[in-house]
This record gives sequence, structure tokens and C-alpha cells, in this order.
Amino acid sequence: MATGFRTSRILQYLRGIEYPRSKVAVGSKLLYRHAPCAALWRNHSIYTTTKINPDEQTFDKILIANRGEIACRVMHTCRLMGIKTVAIYSEADANSLHVEMADEAMCVGPAASRESYLNVDRIMEVIRETGAQAVHPGYGFLSENKDFAKRLADEGVVFIGPGTDAIRAMGDKIESKILAKNAGVHTIPGFDGVIKDEAEAVKKANEIGYPVMLKASAGGGGKGMRIAWNDDEAREGFRLSSQEAASSFGDDRLLIERFIDDPRHIEMQILADSHGNTIYLNERECSIQRRNQKVVEEAPSTFLDEETRKSMGEQAVQLAKAVNYLTAGTVEFLVDSQRNFYFLEMNTRLQVEHPITECITGVDIVQEMIRAAKGYPLQVKQSDVLIRGWAVECRVYAEDPYKAFGMPSIGHLYRYQEPKHVPNVRVDTGIQEGSEISIHYDPMISKLVTYGNDRKEALDLMARALDNYIIRGVTHNISLLQEIIAHPRFVSGDIDTKFLPTEYPEGFKGHQLNLNDESMLAALACCVFVKDVLRAQEFLNQTRIVLAPTMEQEWVLCVKVAGNEHEATVRETDTGYKVSIGGKDITIDGKWNLSQDIISPTIDGAQHDMQVISHGATGAMQLQYRGTVFPLSVLRKEAAELQSLMPEKVKPDQSKEVVSPMAGKVYAIDVEVGQKVFEGQEVCVVEAMKMHNSLSAASTGIVKAIHCAVGDNIGEDDVIIELE
Amino acid sequence: MLVWYCLTCRIAQTFEFRLGKMGSKFANVFCRNGSYLRPFVALKMQTRPCTMAVLADVQKKIDQKRQKAMEGGGPKRIEAQHKRGKLTARERVNLLLDPGSFVEFDMFAEHSCTDFGMDEESKQFPGDGVITGHGLINGRVAYLFSQDFTVHGGSLSSANARKICKIMDQAMEIGAPVIGLNDSGGARIQEGVDSLAGYADIFQRNVMASGVVPQISLIMGPCAGGAVYSPALTDFTFMVKDTSFLFITGPDVVKAVTQEDVTYEELGGAKTHTTISGVAHGAFENDIDALAKLRDLYNYLPLSNQDPAPLRACDDPGDRLVPVLDTIVPPESNKPYDILDVIRAIVDNRDFFEIMPAYAKNMVIGFARVGGRTVGIVGNQPKVASGCLDINASVKGARFVRFCDAFNIPLVTFVDVPGFLPGTHQEYGGIIRHGAKLLYAFAEATVPKITIITRKAYGGAYDVMSSKHLRGDTNYAWPTAEVAVMGAAGAVKIIFRGQKDVVEREREYVEKFANPFPAAVRGFVDDIIQPSTTRRRICRDLNLLATKKKSNPYKKHANIPL
Repeated sequence: MATGFRTSRILQYLRGIEYPRSKVAVGSKLLYRHAPCAALWRNHSIYTTTKINPDEQTFDKILIANRGEIACRVMHTCRLMGIKTVAIYSEADANSLHVEMADEAMCVGPAASRESYLNVDRIMEVIRETGAQAVHPGYGFLSENKDFAKRLADEGVVFIGPGTDAIRAMGDKIESKILAKNAGVHTIPGFDGVIKDEAEAVKKANEIGYPVMLKASAGGGGKGMRIAWNDDEAREGFRLSSQEAASSFGDDRLLIERFIDDPRHIEMQILADSHGNTIYLNERECSIQRRNQKVVEEAPSTFLDEETRKSMGEQAVQLAKAVNYLTAGTVEFLVDSQRNFYFLEMNTRLQVEHPITECITGVDIVQEMIRAAKGYPLQVKQSDVLIRGWAVECRVYAEDPYKAFGMPSIGHLYRYQEPKHVPNVRVDTGIQEGSEISIHYDPMISKLVTYGNDRKEALDLMARALDNYIIRGVTHNISLLQEIIAHPRFVSGDIDTKFLPTEYPEGFKGHQLNLNDESMLAALACCVFVKDVLRAQEFLNQTRIVLAPTMEQEWVLCVKVAGNEHEATVRETDTGYKVSIGGKDITIDGKWNLSQDIISPTIDGAQHDMQVISHGATGAMQLQYRGTVFPLSVLRKEAAELQSLMPEKVKPDQSKEVVSPMAGKVYAIDVEVGQKVFEGQEVCVVEAMKMHNSLSAASTGIVKAIHCAVGDNIGEDDVIIELE
Repeated sequence: MLVWYCLTCRIAQTFEFRLGKMGSKFANVFCRNGSYLRPFVALKMQTRPCTMAVLADVQKKIDQKRQKAMEGGGPKRIEAQHKRGKLTARERVNLLLDPGSFVEFDMFAEHSCTDFGMDEESKQFPGDGVITGHGLINGRVAYLFSQDFTVHGGSLSSANARKICKIMDQAMEIGAPVIGLNDSGGARIQEGVDSLAGYADIFQRNVMASGVVPQISLIMGPCAGGAVYSPALTDFTFMVKDTSFLFITGPDVVKAVTQEDVTYEELGGAKTHTTISGVAHGAFENDIDALAKLRDLYNYLPLSNQDPAPLRACDDPGDRLVPVLDTIVPPESNKPYDILDVIRAIVDNRDFFEIMPAYAKNMVIGFARVGGRTVGIVGNQPKVASGCLDINASVKGARFVRFCDAFNIPLVTFVDVPGFLPGTHQEYGGIIRHGAKLLYAFAEATVPKITIITRKAYGGAYDVMSSKHLRGDTNYAWPTAEVAVMGAAGAVKIIFRGQKDVVEREREYVEKFANPFPAAVRGFVDDIIQPSTTRRRICRDLNLLATKKKSNPYKKHANIPL
């Protein structure tokens, strides 16, 4: 750690002119800084409903017990309100954006969350040392930890969130369901007792209302489950299910409950103060999920009518009132195809997807949270809450979407640029160019939000924003996001929580090119090739006379894209290039060069935003189009004709072994046999030359065997870990 | 006998019938193509009449020979060559050069061997198994020879060697690089010592051209025996994976002499030479890939030692800030990072042509451009063996530094070195002698030298890595730099031998030395810079140093510790 502080101190020394007040107390690991005002991440124009009153007395200093984008988000509002902020960080986060943004920052422990961001003792120390009057927990980590809230209360520090009772009550699935039921909130109707016979099954089914699901009391894994849409099916379902349950579990007792077909996940944002005011800020639709994690959210929902919205909102408010709820919370509902909605759970914190609600209501939810925690009444009444336009949020992750819709990817972001030049874009992020996405935390890069007067406008802006988002150094899920928002079912609003597995049963494979796109992409690749050829000839200091004119006028090329080969002829025109491919001409104009991260050529009159991810001397290149990275290969025709003579090479698969690159001592092994590891994840550390060399898995897989123990001496090329 | 000699046709002719008409035997006489015919007296000369028929015959023969030369060893052998996954000599030349720019020399050359049935018509191939000439690579001239395996197995005859020597001589005279595409079974055994003489003639020219024009060898087939020394003498030797081999003696001889069982691939394949022996500077997937990469490399090099390193048009802004550099070096000094990430982030368009990427990986060398200017990059690789200097890394670095110095290519050095690798293996192997090569190379170099200390610069290795003391032009340190004699733990053990409060002493040492200030206050680094500004500084310095003039004292040649 010592080195870390030394480094930052010298860095500050270097920045001396900019931040003359920088002061570091190494002993207490305290960093006082005049926060470098990292480019603020949005315009404030979206907060039109709530205003900041500078005369209103508020907290002097708030500690944000979180990291990443949500810490930055909270600090942003704190700064607008004139509140000093304290960041906590783990050793791995010492250089991160939230530390830079905060007025003070203190280290709370090593990289592992349970030793840092969940280390309540240390965080309490930091609160005492810095004199923070309140704590904003963000989401995750300690946000729904009633013990933490209680300890804060004991020390007289304000927890910016609900009371401990509300946290406890809503944290328990059964208790929250009973509470909701008593508060008059729709819960999934069902019969909790055991069904005796067919007649009773039919009777109960009618009471609950079709469709119903009969399920084995002892069941699991879909066995002994039947869905019935009418009396006959209920009878038959009862018979079959009880037989199946008896044979599978030796227990033929059955339960019955309403079956939610094509459920949507729609949630209500609520705000409550300590003066008895509770309002709802309308809904968010979060049906696009993978493995129960939200991917794309929007507000409002295409599905709710005014009446449903109102009753949903009112029920959410009733529930909040029932538990004396304070500050912001979210009540999640499942909604079936008939617009019946059922209580799922209540999240007693600020949600990840709160920005879309802010965009359509103009309410700064964090500001209201802070004010409510300070004891002020809400600025807004229910009647002030309107739905203005439409907002869509995409969660941009450092993930490989081709693997189970997202497997984490790690690395340094050597290029990172947000599409801020696109209008009505809000990017909530905790990273910047140069940041590292590590295995320790959530691999979220940012929340990309666009808003417009209507859904189409918001979605069009989103498509543009995604095309103009530059992320290099990690694999990202832009391709998946781009596909979802352009999917006909999504565009028409016909979505449910099973959208991804239904639409991509074989897994996500990226954007599928149609013939037009394919030839357009091939044509562009040809132009990239020709531009590269021309640039390679452009020497500025060579004095020799060129022996023969090499300026070619026409290039005959072969392009390979998506497994297909095309022959193309490229000619230079006054404004760009004309590419003849597959019997038609494509004109590619516009100013662009090969150093640009985003190129915007005009192809047949229409401008496209694309990214040249890589291109090399051998004609192999990668173009990003509609979010998906396509590998292409361009060769001159004479070379392409010879290509078939080149032998196919079979690559030996070494990705399943982790081999020591040098002789040394095993310093640490981070995995166990049977554990799943991801590509690029550190699996062990070898000490050699007093250096800790981290070895990572070359592919994703399960650890099959570990061949040595910590402290063992190993030689070069010794196999340390084998993967399956 | 009076004979007339045509300067254009270069044929001696008799014109009795014409002379009679002209009335004077010294009258001006013209050939049918209008050239003036020079009269002279031939004592004994076979003459023939200049008729249309004869000329047509000659033309036909030219066409035939040309046609045959284009066909190499014939369709059957070409097919066999293709089956091996190899292209023919001519196909390679066409892929390497700009389309239509090849100018061939000595297409009609034939061998003069008459022994062992070599004088048969079927054993004569115009060009005699090697294609020589010059052409353009991205508009710049290059001389090249391409051995044709389909003709006598690409074996080297004296005619063959003369052709190669001819283009090498001319390349040196005009100052243009020589590229050799090697695909040869070895010496033309039928010719005996003539063939050996041919090799020696080529070696001599390789040596004479060394440091005058860049020489590049691409091994695209077998290359065995004495033949290997020509590539070994050139500046760069590249190989094609699976189809090329380099060895002094083949597996059979090895078996006979040392009883070792070894395959061709193990003995002299691309993997062996790029990872174990360090003979080859790189390996490519196949012929097409190799030739494309060679074109890429060629663009980094000047044509000769009299030419400046190329300055190419560049659309990557020279004053671009590189924020990723601020976070790339981990705060813990024993945690590795990839120096290639640093290099790629700084250079134009992330294009880095790495030389010997698989050999002595603790040292990274290669070509790149900064602001369009070619630079030679040398860097310690903390990811591999902590980036320490060992025998192989020193030799690898030294040869590259000397190449850059010989050809006016500025050097940019990234330093993160914990020292020389200790151990008996290294000491017995002569690390003192080999480490001295790198020291020598940096000290001798007069090209612009820019050095960036990214983290550790310990001990003698600090001096060696293009330090200020070795006439470095600009030396920078990042805030993470630690310039010291050794790491804290070792130093404390020596300074405070036997004392107890080791931890406290170590902390003191770290405070004092494990930072860039000790070097900076003494002027051993010119500035401590914010890493993200590195690119713009290198760019500015390169422009500034472009006019640098420095020379070493006169000597016949220096005596590098070989």
C-alpha cells in the first residue's frame, strides 16, 4: 500500500498547479483533496420538478458507503446541494473516479468486498474520523443491511434510507407478502393448504381464477407442475400432478396458485418523507432480463394504462405507509397479459435504474432522499408527478454477451469515450479512460440513458448513442443492447421476462447481416484496405525518385465476411470511393481516416456510425457495425486466389492449462477444484525475482486439477492448474 | 576477312552483295534496322546472313526461354510445391512487390556445369533456380532474390550465386535494401567447389552490405548447411511456420553423430528458432501472411544508412493524451503489468511491429511510429521474469539497438528492470560478456535516444538501459519510478547488517530512494512526467532531435564484446 500512496502523492505533486491544496495524511490513510471536477456526467436540465434551495439547511458532510457509478451519482447531487462528500474505497479502487470526485476519501481495506465495502467496523471508524453526519448506502453492499442502519442510529449518524423496521420487514419474503396482503396490495392469489381431490381442485381454481398452476408441495425442478386454463384441465392436472408428485417425491400433496402467463416485471418508484407524505413516481418496466438481472429498462411502460398505473401506484403507496416507509423505495410487481399485477417484493433502497424515472418526472430522487432523511417534507406532491416523454436505460457491462448473454470480462479501458455528443443522453458511470475492470466487483461500465418526447425518439437516440460509444480494452455487451432495442418485439412493446431466452434459444450470436448489410460492410472493408494501402505509400521525407508510378486507380479485392466471399472493385472518386460488389455499385464518401475511433462514412447517401476495431497489414480487420464486431478479411485478388493453397492450421489447445512461465515459488492459488473460472481471471500467483506474477486462465471453464500447493517450487512450463 | 558488326543486333554480318553495289568497301553500311554497321577485320569468324528468318528464330527462342523461365521447374513441380503449402518463387515475388513493379535481371542465365549429366537439355532452366531483380514496396525500391525450389531444388549454382551477387552489388551502390526469399535444398552438389565459392561470394557481400543497406531474409522452405549463414548475416531472419527449416546438419547426420533422435521441426523449425535458439526474428503463419508482414516491416526501414528513417503521413494526433498510462503501472511494486500495453497506447494507431516476440520475452523490441516517425522501441517486460536482464534478453536487445543506430532510427526505451538475473546458469553462460553487449550498444549509439523509466531502474541494469550517463538525449521518469542500487529489502540487509528494526529501516529506504527524486535532483532524469503526457513528449522530442548530429571517434571498427 505504501507505494500506492507514494504514487498518488507524487501524482498530486505533479498536478500541483491545479490542486495546490492537496494534502495527504499517510498515517490515517486520509486523502484531502480539492476534488478534480471530473467532467460532470450530465446536464442538469432534467431536474425540472425539484429545485435546490441553497438556503435550506442540510447536512455538512455525507459519507457514501459505496463505489462505482452510484457513488458518483450520489456525490453529484451532494455537490449541487453544497454538501461535502466522503468516499470510501478498497485498495483496488484507489485510483477510481468516485475517489477522485469526493472531497475526502479513505481506504477501508483490501479489494475483497467483505473486507472493505462490507467492513462495517472500519466504515464506522471512517465516519467518526471524518465527522460525516449521514451515510448514503447506494445500492447493494450495506444498503439493505438493518444492522448497519442500527449501528448508525446508535451513533447518531443519519442513514439515508428507510428505518430498520421497514428494511427488516421487506427483507423477509414471507413477512413482506403478508404485510402487502394486509395493506391491500395484490399478491399472487393461491391456496396455501393441501388439495384433497379433483373437486376441490376445481373449486379452488375457480376461486383463484384461471389460469392456475398446480404444483407439488414437495416439488422442484418443474416436476409435478401443471398449468390449467379451465375446469377440465384442472381435473386432469390434479390427477397427473399428484401421480407425478407421488412417484417423484413420494408425497402427493399439491398446492394451487394463480399462474402468471408472460409475466412482465414492472416496478413503482415511491418517495416518502417523515411528514406522512408518500408519493409514487410512476413505473419502470424492467422485463428484459437475463439470469434475473435487468438489462434494458424503460419508463414509462408501454403496457400500463392510466387506470392500472394509478391503482398500482396507490397500492405501492399503501404498502409504504403500512411500514412507515421513509425516503426512496421501489415496489416490484409481476404483471400478466391481462394487466393483473401482483406484488413481488419491495426494495428499500435507491434502484440501479432510477435515472429513467428521474428523466420522465424531473425529480432528483437522491436530493429528495437526502432532504427526507434530514426531515424535510417532499418538494413534490402526487399531482406534480407527470410523465414527460420516454426514457430508456441500457446497462453497459464489461461482459461477453455471446456466452450465456454475458460472462464478465476484465481489463484496462485503454480507450473509453461516452456518446455525450448525442443529445438527450445521460451516462451514469464510475469509470473513465484508463480505469480497470477487475474481478472484484460488478463489471458494469455504465448506465446509458436516453430520453425523448416519445418512445421512438428515445430508442433512436439510444441506437445512435450505442453506435457512438467507444469502449476498448474489455469485451462489452453493446451488441446485445443494440439488438434488443432494435428487435421488432421490443419495438412493438411485446416483451416479458423470458424475452431473451425465447428470442435467442441458441444463445446470442450478434447482429445477423442481411445481404445488403453484408455487401455494405464488405465495401467499407475494401475502402479501409485501400485507405491503408494509400497511407502506406505516403512518405514525407523520402528523397528518392519513384521509379514507376504506383498510384493505382483501381483495386480488385476479395473480401471475406460472415463466411462468404465477395469480389469487389474499388475506384477512387472525387469525394470518396465507388465499390462494385455483387453486380451493384456502392458509393462511400465522407471524411474519415483510420485513426478515428468512430468513422462516419456516407454509404449510398446515408451516414453510418461504425468503428474500426482493428486492421492489420495482412488485410484482417474488425469492424463494429450495429454494436456487433465483425471479423473481415480483405486480400488483393491475386493473393486471394493463392489463399486456397495455404494449409489450414490446427491450433493446439493450450487454453485448458495454466502453465508457469518461469521458475519460481507458488505464492497463492485463488481457485479450488470444481470452481468455475472465467477467461482472463487470475487463478494463481507465482513469485519469482521477488515479483508476484499473476497467472490467468486462458479460457472459461471449471478447474479440473491443481498440481501444486502454495509454497511449492516450480519450474518453467510446469502445469499448475488444469481446466475442464 | 572484312566483317560488319551491328551495334544494335550485336551480330557480325557480311554484306558482300551490298558492298558491290556501293562500290566502296568503306562506305557507310546500314543494317536492316537502320543502325550503322561498324566494319572490322575478323581473323576467323563464323558468319551468317542477317535474314528475317534468323531474327524470327531468335525472337522465338527469346519467347520460349522467357516462357520457360516463367514456368520454373514445370507444372508438375509447381503442383508439388503448392501441395506442400508453399507458393512458387514467382508468386512470392508478385505478392511481395507492388503490382507490376518487378524488374527482373538475368532471366536467361543458365548454369555451365557439364558433369553428371547436367549438360542435358532437360537440366537447363533459364534463370537457373533463382529469380533476381528489383521492384517497389509501397513505392520504395527494394532489391530481392527468390530461390525457386522447383528448379534443382532451389540449389545454389555458381550462375545462381552470380545473379544474387549482381543485385547485391547494385543494391549497395544505389543504397537500397536486399530481401532474400530462401527456399533452397543447399549447394548444387554437381558443381562442387563452384557452388561453395558462390556461397562465399554471397557471404562477403552480406558482410559488406551490413550496416549499409538493410538486409532481410525470409526462410520459406529448407535452408541447410552453409546456406544458413547468409540469413544469419542479414539484419532480420523470418520464417514461415511448418514449411521452413534452418539447420547446419539435418536430423540424419545428427542421429549418426550424436545418436539424438530429432525431427526436422524440432531441430530447425520456426518454433525452435523463434523461441529457443533466437536465430529467427519472427515466424508467420503462411507464405501470404509472411509476405504481407514483410511489406509492413519494410515501411519502417530507411533504404540505406544514408537515408533518414521514414516519416510517414500520420493521422493519429501527436499531442494526444493517453490517460490509460496514468493507471497502468500497479501501485504495488511487485505486481506485474504488460509493457506492450504501454507501448501500444503510446505509438501511432497502436501499430507495433514486434521483433523476436517469442524469444527472451523479458525484453520487448520492435518498430513503431510516433507522429509518423519510425522509432525502435526497447522495453523491459515486467510480466515475464520481472523484466530482468539475462543473457538472451541482452543479446536480443543489443543487436536491435545496433541495427537502429546503423540505420538512423531513433531509440525509445522503457525501463522497468529489477537488475540482471542472478544464478550459476547465467554466470557460467557469460552474463558478464553478454550483458556488456547491450551496454556497449546503447553507449555506442548516436541516434536520438529517449528513455522513460516507468518503474524500477535498479543497479547496473539502470545504467545499461539507455541511461543519461550513456548519452541519453532525454530521460524521463514516471512518478512510479524508483532509481536505486537495489530493492529496499536487499539494501537494508547490507546497510544495516545485523540490526533489528528491519521494517522501519526498509520504510526509511523506500522513502528515500524508491521514488524518482534522487535521480531527478541529480539531473539523471530530465523531468518527472505525468504518464499520460508521454506520447506528446516523445513526439516533440523526436521532432527536436531529428537534426541531432553526433559521431564517435574514428576507428577502423569497434570491438564489441562478442
